[in-house]
Amino acid sequence: MENILKELKKELADINDEQALNEIRTKYLGKKGSITLLSSKIKDLPNEEKKEFGANLNKIKTEATNLIDSKKAKIEKDILDKKLESESIDISLPSTKVPMGSPNIAGKVVEEIEELLMSMGYDVVDGPEIEKDEYNFEMLNVPKGHPARDSQDTFYVEGEELLLRSQTSPVQIRTMLEGKGEKPIRIICPGKTYRRDNDDATHSHQFMQIEGLLIDKNVSLSDLKGTFDVIAKHLFGEDCETRFRPSYYPFTEPSVEMDITCHSCQGKGCPICKNTGWITISGAGMVHSDVLKNCGYDPKEWQGFAFGFGAERIAMVKYGIDDIRVFYTNDLREMKNFDRKDD
Amino acid sequence: MISLEWVKDYIDISNEDLNELAIKITKAGINIEKVISNKINNLVVGEILECEKHPDSDHLNVCKVNIGNETIQIVCGASNVRKGLKVIVALPGAVLPGDFEIKKSKIRGVESNGMICALFELGLEEKTEETYNKGITELDSKAKVGTDPLEYLGLADTLYELDVHKHRNNDCYYHIGFAYEIASILNKKVMLPDIITKPVKDNIKDHFTLKVETDKCPFYLAKMVTDVKIGESPDFIKRRLNAYGMRSINNVVDISNYVMLEFGQPLHFFDKDTLGDKIVVRNAKENEPIRTLDGIDRILNQEDIVITDGKKPVCIAGVMGGENTEVTENTKTILIESAIFDSVSIRNTAAHLDLKSEASIRYGKGLSYEYTEKAIERACYLLEKYAGAKVLSGTVKHDKVDKTLKQVTFEAKEINSLLGITISEDDVKTELNRLDFPFEYKDGKFTVTIPTRRLDVDPNVNDIAEEVGRLYGYHNLVSTLPKCNIRKGEYIGDVKYRKIISKRLRNLGLNECKTYTLVSKEMAKQFKYDDKENKNLPNPLSLDKSVIRTTLIPSLLGVYDYNKARKVKDVMLYEISKVYDNNYNEDSKIAILMKGSYILNEWKQDKIKVDFYLIKGIIEDVLEYLGLKNRFSFRKKVLPEMHPGISAEILLDRKPIGIIGKVHPLVRKDDIYVAEISLNALMTNVKPIKYKEASKYPEIIKDMAFIVKKEVNSCDVESIIKKAGGRLLTNIHVFDVYTGENVKEDEKSIAYSLTFSDPNKTLTEEEVTIVFDNIIKNVEEKMDARLRDK
Repeated sequence: MENILKELKKELADINDEQALNEIRTKYLGKKGSITLLSSKIKDLPNEEKKEFGANLNKIKTEATNLIDSKKAKIEKDILDKKLESESIDISLPSTKVPMGSPNIAGKVVEEIEELLMSMGYDVVDGPEIEKDEYNFEMLNVPKGHPARDSQDTFYVEGEELLLRSQTSPVQIRTMLEGKGEKPIRIICPGKTYRRDNDDATHSHQFMQIEGLLIDKNVSLSDLKGTFDVIAKHLFGEDCETRFRPSYYPFTEPSVEMDITCHSCQGKGCPICKNTGWITISGAGMVHSDVLKNCGYDPKEWQGFAFGFGAERIAMVKYGIDDIRVFYTNDLREMKNFDRKDD
Repeated sequence: MISLEWVKDYIDISNEDLNELAIKITKAGINIEKVISNKINNLVVGEILECEKHPDSDHLNVCKVNIGNETIQIVCGASNVRKGLKVIVALPGAVLPGDFEIKKSKIRGVESNGMICALFELGLEEKTEETYNKGITELDSKAKVGTDPLEYLGLADTLYELDVHKHRNNDCYYHIGFAYEIASILNKKVMLPDIITKPVKDNIKDHFTLKVETDKCPFYLAKMVTDVKIGESPDFIKRRLNAYGMRSINNVVDISNYVMLEFGQPLHFFDKDTLGDKIVVRNAKENEPIRTLDGIDRILNQEDIVITDGKKPVCIAGVMGGENTEVTENTKTILIESAIFDSVSIRNTAAHLDLKSEASIRYGKGLSYEYTEKAIERACYLLEKYAGAKVLSGTVKHDKVDKTLKQVTFEAKEINSLLGITISEDDVKTELNRLDFPFEYKDGKFTVTIPTRRLDVDPNVNDIAEEVGRLYGYHNLVSTLPKCNIRKGEYIGDVKYRKIISKRLRNLGLNECKTYTLVSKEMAKQFKYDDKENKNLPNPLSLDKSVIRTTLIPSLLGVYDYNKARKVKDVMLYEISKVYDNNYNEDSKIAILMKGSYILNEWKQDKIKVDFYLIKGIIEDVLEYLGLKNRFSFRKKVLPEMHPGISAEILLDRKPIGIIGKVHPLVRKDDIYVAEISLNALMTNVKPIKYKEASKYPEIIKDMAFIVKKEVNSCDVESIIKKAGGRLLTNIHVFDVYTGENVKEDEKSIAYSLTFSDPNKTLTEEEVTIVFDNIIKNVEEKMDARLRDK
């Protein structure tokens, strides 16, 4: 009986395909297979030998089955391996791009600032782009004939009453009027603004402003400074230093300009910062008491600060862009680079 | 431009480092853009010990010059060089104006170790024939050898070039005003110049009358001087005007300018003999002519203010004098005007005449009436001293100035609370003293009177806080964050929808564009699919930006053209912006433009090209993302600038909200697809998301195909199928549309795959067949259709 297994092993070693394997299976374990035939011998044996023979036969049967099954598995694996090998590809060939759009470059800056300030409790609101002179100027302490109107040089659309807003500040007025002098306010208003400038590398008749307004019962210029620090570091990195300089706006008092260390030379001095090491990125101040009064807030009770950024200006400083028209040509080759996280 | 050598007349800054001072001033808010010093290194006082003829020249001299620590040899060609003279010596290393560096050299074989200079060579005098002929500058014998000659001559000067915000560019642009600013920073006192004259008995009122007939001249003062001797100005006036960039004319004209730069008050000098005995100030008449002292004839309008002699204009108030009463070399008697005019009016006049002058700019910013009075006295003082004038007693005056004191009362804690600092009442007192703001203090309350020179400061605690704050130093403020309630910020109103849709469109592969609201008339006329009229700007900057757009599609086509020109083949764009019609109705539009391959892998030849159904898919995705599933539909419609067979309206709740389709080939040859939707129309309430369990029981899927007329819309067939299918029909989609063999030319075959299921039990074939047959019957009847392959 041992010879049968030896014979089987030898035969299995010589074959490599499933058909031959099936033939071998029939030859040993089929109805007329050599192992099957052995079992018919049991009845001719004396009773005392039957048990031992039976046990041996079962053992051999099991072993033969295992040998054939494992050979089968091996053959199948070889076939699969061959197939997989033939399926091997050049993984260096170009991928199929999943369509994914890019943000507008200035729009990306706006979103970054929005998300930061929303996390600090500011709502994001917008107002009309065709605005009343009253909200755009008068209530912001810029009466007719005020010198600040010369430089803003506005697009009027209807007499001297309606205009394309020259700043997003009228949204502050609208929000304060809605607050009726009772509710604290924390908003930013990003949006389009318009001034009568001829478009060139540094001027645009249309641009994006982001203004912030916070009104509460106990707000100070130091709080504005702290808020600006957070925004500047968020936009330009932890190493970015900030400074306040006294300035003037009709609707804030005290007014400041907010500078950051020049992003392109890290404050060492370069042509971009005119060798000062500083770049102005925002104008701000404590809301003028007249503006508060105009909007129904009692300056004895309420105080607030307001700040404004130019989205294009921030993007130009942050990404090293030297022509403001870039934001409005929407060159897809340039925009592609802005579809990614950036920190 | 401020001369520090001049400022020294009013405040002691002799011990200050002027560069350091500039930094302090800038920190306190007056931005000094540039510090310019005329100091020249290696310039010393020398004494000529010997002076002998050059052996090889008949006009050069060889000098031995003592420069303090040594004696050097210099060759000099000036005619006035001689032994014993004290002179200005530029030693090797000195760089004179024009980048001329002094070096050791040999002049005709003789060693020369420097240069003996004239003031014009140092840029301190104009180079004229006269100054040239004077030769080298002769210092007097008291000059100390080896020291800086400019210091000795009082010529050393440092200039500050200012870049100041509007509100401070009046008081900081004259020397006394600037001295007050320095005084507040250094905590020193300002000394005003002498203005006391010795008037003669004769009174101006006996010679002269004044009448002001316009409310645009609240303040007019006139004084008169006689016996004026026109001549050269004293050196200090010439030098200071020169430093400021003004040319010296003669003593009288110079004094008028000098006083303006001292007090900020422009003055006008009339030749009294040509003027006559009367002044009338009035509004100009329409088209009234005047020849100004630059010899140009100018035409005025009713907005302008003129000074007249009762008949004709003699001066455009605040802007420029007339030629007819100009001070000349023969002038003996002068009428001095010191006045305040309406600043807006002066700005307008200067603008329409294109005549911006030192005077008109200052009038345009507004003036302090106190200095209007002081300046006229100061001018008289200087004319008396430097032009031999006799000052008549009395002043002719028109005075309607509101002299109400600007006063504000506040407590120290209000300052602290605005700035976020803690300074004591004593600190506030110190700051107010530094500012030279008079105040009273009583029971914890300060009452401050704001000096008239500070036109920018309003009687308001915020204004005082700013003044205190900038002297305290903003760099000293400690950064804190507002102590407000913690809350989460939100996008409010349409901003919220803009953000949601913008992000979704970007995820769908479209790029966010920003284009201009103002467009040309031609652009504004295109794609006008609604009946909105455009608003034309009454006063546009240019024709290509003269109309407020009502649709964004033409702008996106512009972006397409731009990118196409740069060889970008696949262009997927969107923009969300506000639009306005001529009644100022506002809407926000979402516009989409797609062209080319949406998905592309060239080497695999995998490609999904943009067509109507792809852009429709984008729109559907956005609408479904907003929770509007089953509320929108598309209705075929011919639209302007669109392909008549490939364009449709988009409807929400059966109301049109936008358009979709292919751009007409006459507009662009390329296969461009566009869509535009009103964002405001999408701001509607939707049901909250609710869990819906998928059916546990097997679904039965059955297909059916109908032959219908070609013009039939599939959606109409679908709606009949849905209705007839009832609740067991859970899904339906088109899987084939066929025209060609076995289908008549005016017909088409549409095949639908229908899914049936029952949430509560396993459906039987029989149940489905009943529904299925009902559907076929309905479609055949209502759509004039027949089942295919029946």
